[in-house]
Amino acid sequence: MTESLSPKTHDDILDAVRWAVAEQAPLEIVAGGTKRGWGRPLKTNHVLDMSSFAGIRLYEPEELILQAAAATPLAEVESALAQSGQQFAFEPPDFGPLFGRPAGQQTLGGALMANLAGPRRIKAGAARDHFLGFIGVSGRGETFKSGGRVMKNVTGYDLCKLMAGSFGTLAVLSEVTVKVLPAGEKTRTVLVYGLDDERAAAAMAAALNSSHEVSGAAHLPAGIAAQSAVGFVHDPGTPVTAVRVEGPGPSVEHRCAALRTLLGGRGATEELHGRNSAALWAEVRDVSYFAGEPARAVWRLSAPPAAAAGFLPDLVRDTGAEQFSDWGGGLVWLSAPPDEAAANRVRAAAAGCGGHATLVRGPDALRAAVPVFQPQPAPVAALSERLREQFDPSGVLNPGRMG
Amino acid sequence: MLTMPDPDRDVLGRRAEIVAALRAIVPGEGVIDDETGRRPYECDGLTAYRQLPMVVVLPETVEQVCAVLRYCHGAGVRVVPRGAGTSLSGGALPLEDGVLLGLGKFNRILDIDYANRCAVVQPGVTNLAITQAVQQDGFYYAPDPSSQIACTIGGNVAENSGGVHCLKYGLTTNNVLGVQMALMDGTLICLGGKHLDAAGYDLLGLTVGSEGLLGVVTEVTVRLLKAPETMRALLIGFPSSAAAGATVGAIIGSGIVPAGIEMMDRPAIHAAEAFVHAGYPLDVEALLIVELDGPAAEVDHLIERVDGLARGQGATEIRVSRTEEERVAFWAGRKNAFPAVGRISPDYYCMDGTIPRARLPEVLDRMSEMSAHYGLRVANVFHAGDGNLHPLILYDANVPGELERAEEFGADILKLCVEVGGVLTGEHGVGVEKRDLMGEMFSEDDLKQQQRVKCAFDPDQLLNPGKVFPRLHRCAELGRVHIHGGQTRFPDLPRF
Repeated sequence: MTESLSPKTHDDILDAVRWAVAEQAPLEIVAGGTKRGWGRPLKTNHVLDMSSFAGIRLYEPEELILQAAAATPLAEVESALAQSGQQFAFEPPDFGPLFGRPAGQQTLGGALMANLAGPRRIKAGAARDHFLGFIGVSGRGETFKSGGRVMKNVTGYDLCKLMAGSFGTLAVLSEVTVKVLPAGEKTRTVLVYGLDDERAAAAMAAALNSSHEVSGAAHLPAGIAAQSAVGFVHDPGTPVTAVRVEGPGPSVEHRCAALRTLLGGRGATEELHGRNSAALWAEVRDVSYFAGEPARAVWRLSAPPAAAAGFLPDLVRDTGAEQFSDWGGGLVWLSAPPDEAAANRVRAAAAGCGGHATLVRGPDALRAAVPVFQPQPAPVAALSERLREQFDPSGVLNPGRMG
Repeated sequence: MLTMPDPDRDVLGRRAEIVAALRAIVPGEGVIDDETGRRPYECDGLTAYRQLPMVVVLPETVEQVCAVLRYCHGAGVRVVPRGAGTSLSGGALPLEDGVLLGLGKFNRILDIDYANRCAVVQPGVTNLAITQAVQQDGFYYAPDPSSQIACTIGGNVAENSGGVHCLKYGLTTNNVLGVQMALMDGTLICLGGKHLDAAGYDLLGLTVGSEGLLGVVTEVTVRLLKAPETMRALLIGFPSSAAAGATVGAIIGSGIVPAGIEMMDRPAIHAAEAFVHAGYPLDVEALLIVELDGPAAEVDHLIERVDGLARGQGATEIRVSRTEEERVAFWAGRKNAFPAVGRISPDYYCMDGTIPRARLPEVLDRMSEMSAHYGLRVANVFHAGDGNLHPLILYDANVPGELERAEEFGADILKLCVEVGGVLTGEHGVGVEKRDLMGEMFSEDDLKQQQRVKCAFDPDQLLNPGKVFPRLHRCAELGRVHIHGGQTRFPDLPRF
């Protein structure tokens, strides 16, 4: 039977973790619960429900910082930011629907602990690059903090980086401080039609290697583009390559025109304005195209941007996967059959280009059979394990989730 | 008074044997044991502290770095890594019983990869040399610390260096994609690569800014950015620092993130103008340099808006650069502020706290009071966009007691930074300089958890000990868990 503990105060978290250590009763740490299906299945009888840790504590738009309880709903934070014309520049995706859950349920802490990053990753970085400070409880049952509430800080090790992407295996965070940034006043997206994967990679590289400060570069093969809700993307029935610019009005108009000139020789072009542009990038960000087939495995392959076009045709042929790419080719999303053969093939492709692949969604049996995160070279794996032990020697925090 | 870990008498007694073993790994002139040869390594940019290292080793290959570390690990010998030695916090201060491991010979750019917008370089390549290697193709490496002509990328990784453009383009940690690194036991690992994010824990992010305590970086993959089409700057004078600070808030609050926003106070303005004749107004209390970059259409548009915001806050003088020469001239005074202050005082002590920017007027007032109390002048330059303050305390080391007073004054400034919600160091690092102030910002448990990170990388604490942490705890002691079965009741929490 699973029992749920719901701490209300920071000291309650301390009590819960100390009890878990004393009784060797591991905890699954949950807040919005949208990403419970990501990572290896846990064998715990106790859930630490962090939902009570909600609320913005401090928001200073002119200082570009926001401090909130760790389980504050992301939607609440993003709405507060929007009122001041600001945003999280790392553009956190909402994977709720990808996991068959409603949209809009995830928390700020969840976005940080999974080190989320959307299409703007290429220009603005991931959650890790905006995570300034935290207060938490280690698996030793001790309160500790790191970082601060200022943007520029090298006082001590940067433990925020370590927490980002640790999936709750090192500490339970109660409060976090994050950098926020102004949202671009205007957004436009240049579409190029009809490019195959290789020519699309070259087009995205040309855009990213220009001085036009591209903030999104994605390529949708015809079968994926056909699923878009944006008419300019699904109607033509061809592959669509999309390049986004954001900023002050006159600048965006100038750069959009320059990009159409730069890319015009490669295929027919079109441009998306405000609403259509936002809709397309939300689909790419949230991997909406793969939400409809819950039985298939969803892989996230991080590669050197120029490498993907080289291995994708063979990978798709061998596995029967559907794919589209973001980050100028540096991030490939794959929807593949949920079996070990496909898993091994994806892993081999990632290893072959020096990148890595994560099984983001898959049935429990597959996630128990194959590592969810790319296995690392022995010395790095050993170092990571030593580090985990320094934070959680008894293995009570989401044990094995990243194994 | 700074205390370093007690030298290991046994190691000092084995010096000849250790030197011979190192010579077997690094042949020729790569091992320096005579006093004259070791003398240049006795300090870094924090010249108040000096210590001759036991021996200097300058390896030329990654294999040699690993072999030196493996030997020292086995022999229980401490190692202090060093790049160009420009640290302002004593990060490369040698140990009496330690090997000083210099990476200066690792000065090659290995790969420039425009298709993946990155470059792979050895750690001894200077920051500026990276940009110089790619600028003919219109690219650059974004972080630009003032020491960029001399400081190395390996040192930048160790210190997470910033610069005047990091408000918009980030610090070193946001611009490094991967490192190859030797651990203290000689194991070579690769973290990251040419792809954008880490597999597993972000050990790369942890390594950047770790001040040479976790490993010795032997190769770095950095992001390259395309240079903006246009760069122009505004030079804006204000009757008060409060008005200048409010203008910075108004600019950022209105949605503009300039490429750089720098502030100087009256003493810094006068020192800089006397030195470089940049044409700075001398009848103002504070000066802002605001740089905007991007397409000409964007820059023109934003200059107009910044101009309006500055006037709204009572700016008394506004100049906009019309040519590249003018832009460079605006920056000349700021970029030479440290040597300029060096001209008006025999010595100066450069501080590096960060504060929430809104507290600036209060912090400057309190600093004036401290200045009067200690009888020492202070000039301020300020990375205003991100709140990183560089007070320069003017003193004369030849006057007995002045160095000590300057250090006390500096410590008071940093305590003040923490008191108003800021931090001890924004970009220079803790090193030995701010080590004993760490307790102002962190609890004992905070510091212990950080030291446990060190234990995962270097359990014998042989790599750069005595830096960053005020007290060295043994890893065995840090590892103990103080909770035992049966002693803790089930927590009295709501359950479902």
